Amino acid sequence: MADGQGSPYDGRPVGRRVALGLLGLGALGIVSGRHAQSALSSFLEPIQLRDPTGLTSLLPLGDTFRFYSVTGGVPIRDATTYRLEISGLVDRPTVLTLADLQAMPQTDLVRDFQCVTGWRVPRVHWSGVRLSTVLDRAGVQPSGRTLRLSSFDGTYTDSLTLDQARLPDVLVALKMLGGDVTHDHGGPVRLYVAPMYGYKSVKWLSGIEVTDAVVPGYWEHRGYDVDGFVGRSNGRGIDERT
Amino acid sequence: MSAPETGVPTEAGRTIDRFSRSSRWVHWLTATLMTSCILTAAVLYNGSLAVIVGHRYLVEQIHVYSGIALPVPMIAGALSRAYRDDTRRLNRFTHRDWAWLRSRTRRDGTIEVGKFNAGQKLNAALSAGSIGTLLISGLAMYLTNLAPLSWRSGATFVHDWFALAVGLLVVGHVWMATRDPWAMTGMRTGRVPLSWARREHAAWAREVAGDPPIETADHRSRT
Repeated sequence: MADGQGSPYDGRPVGRRVALGLLGLGALGIVSGRHAQSALSSFLEPIQLRDPTGLTSLLPLGDTFRFYSVTGGVPIRDATTYRLEISGLVDRPTVLTLADLQAMPQTDLVRDFQCVTGWRVPRVHWSGVRLSTVLDRAGVQPSGRTLRLSSFDGTYTDSLTLDQARLPDVLVALKMLGGDVTHDHGGPVRLYVAPMYGYKSVKWLSGIEVTDAVVPGYWEHRGYDVDGFVGRSNGRGIDERT
Repeated sequence: MSAPETGVPTEAGRTIDRFSRSSRWVHWLTATLMTSCILTAAVLYNGSLAVIVGHRYLVEQIHVYSGIALPVPMIAGALSRAYRDDTRRLNRFTHRDWAWLRSRTRRDGTIEVGKFNAGQKLNAALSAGSIGTLLISGLAMYLTNLAPLSWRSGATFVHDWFALAVGLLVVGHVWMATRDPWAMTGMRTGRVPLSWARREHAAWAREVAGDPPIETADHRSRT
């Protein structure tokens, strides 16, 4: 321009380049998947361990549990008040206390916890009673095909077929992460379905009803696959089976 | 375009138009949706808050729909000529913008600033790019049949870090705004005092009010 000030529309379109650059960076991060997350986690882990302020714990470093609850509050149940009711198409409708479950044969597993939205906690130590053992205690009738699992949060439900429920790595979990299952993790007793996404691992497990057909559970009503196998559902390929 | 040099004396306390109704609507709708996203994100992300609030499905739905709606005001704003003009000004960086960013005395008016200073331009670009990235990574996480799990893990990673960055950007933006009440008045009412504009956005004030160019500032800005 004649006065040397230039028009406000002169100059380079840096704004657009910055915005597109961020989009490209984001796309790269998505496609590189877990690798970028792992690299950053291993880079920041030593810093986090030596951080006296605890502020780095607010950073999204991954590989930690995120607490999901679908209700406003969940009542607290302990060894005296906890009950697990097995009902439906069974020979002996059964109510088990925490002590009953603790007296049954325990199985230990070290397996990943994989959420359908993408986060994963590697190598979690789980311990509890095989679901098949619990089912045998009540005696499943021949007409029983499926399970309807419910939570004492009063809202959450989920389903498993009997074949899925009898897999050896499906536990009625009493311990995780080296201690009793805490309330926030779904304690005192939760389900752990190792081969499936986290939404199949019902927290605050209180009811197992044997039915003759699948009744879709809470998230399944909202679009997630009923057969939530990690590796064969919700868009995941058969790689990375954990 | 340079304004005609009318030489008309300006009265004290005169105010001028800064933001059109459309630009203000886009700003405040985006601000509302962004606030909704940030509050619900805090509950979804922070374990202690999640345990207190619960109701994950409801919180998630509010977050998802606020997020999907977030770019809509900006896209709809393209219908307005005044808003398009603002985005064109925000998009363009001149050598003076770079000098302003590098300067330690950028606020003394030596480097003449147009309608937006370089910090505001950067904020706009970073916000726009981040909102787009958050939308894409958020959709990848939400529509679980859309992408393979590896991509969803990557999307979670990207979404987390961009969200953290955008949170800091918003905090910085609000902090800068609270330090300049006239800037906030401009975004609230659309008008600002000419005296403020001359101090903070001299080149733009001259463009709007038709003041003669300031020789010294012009000279120095070209060196």
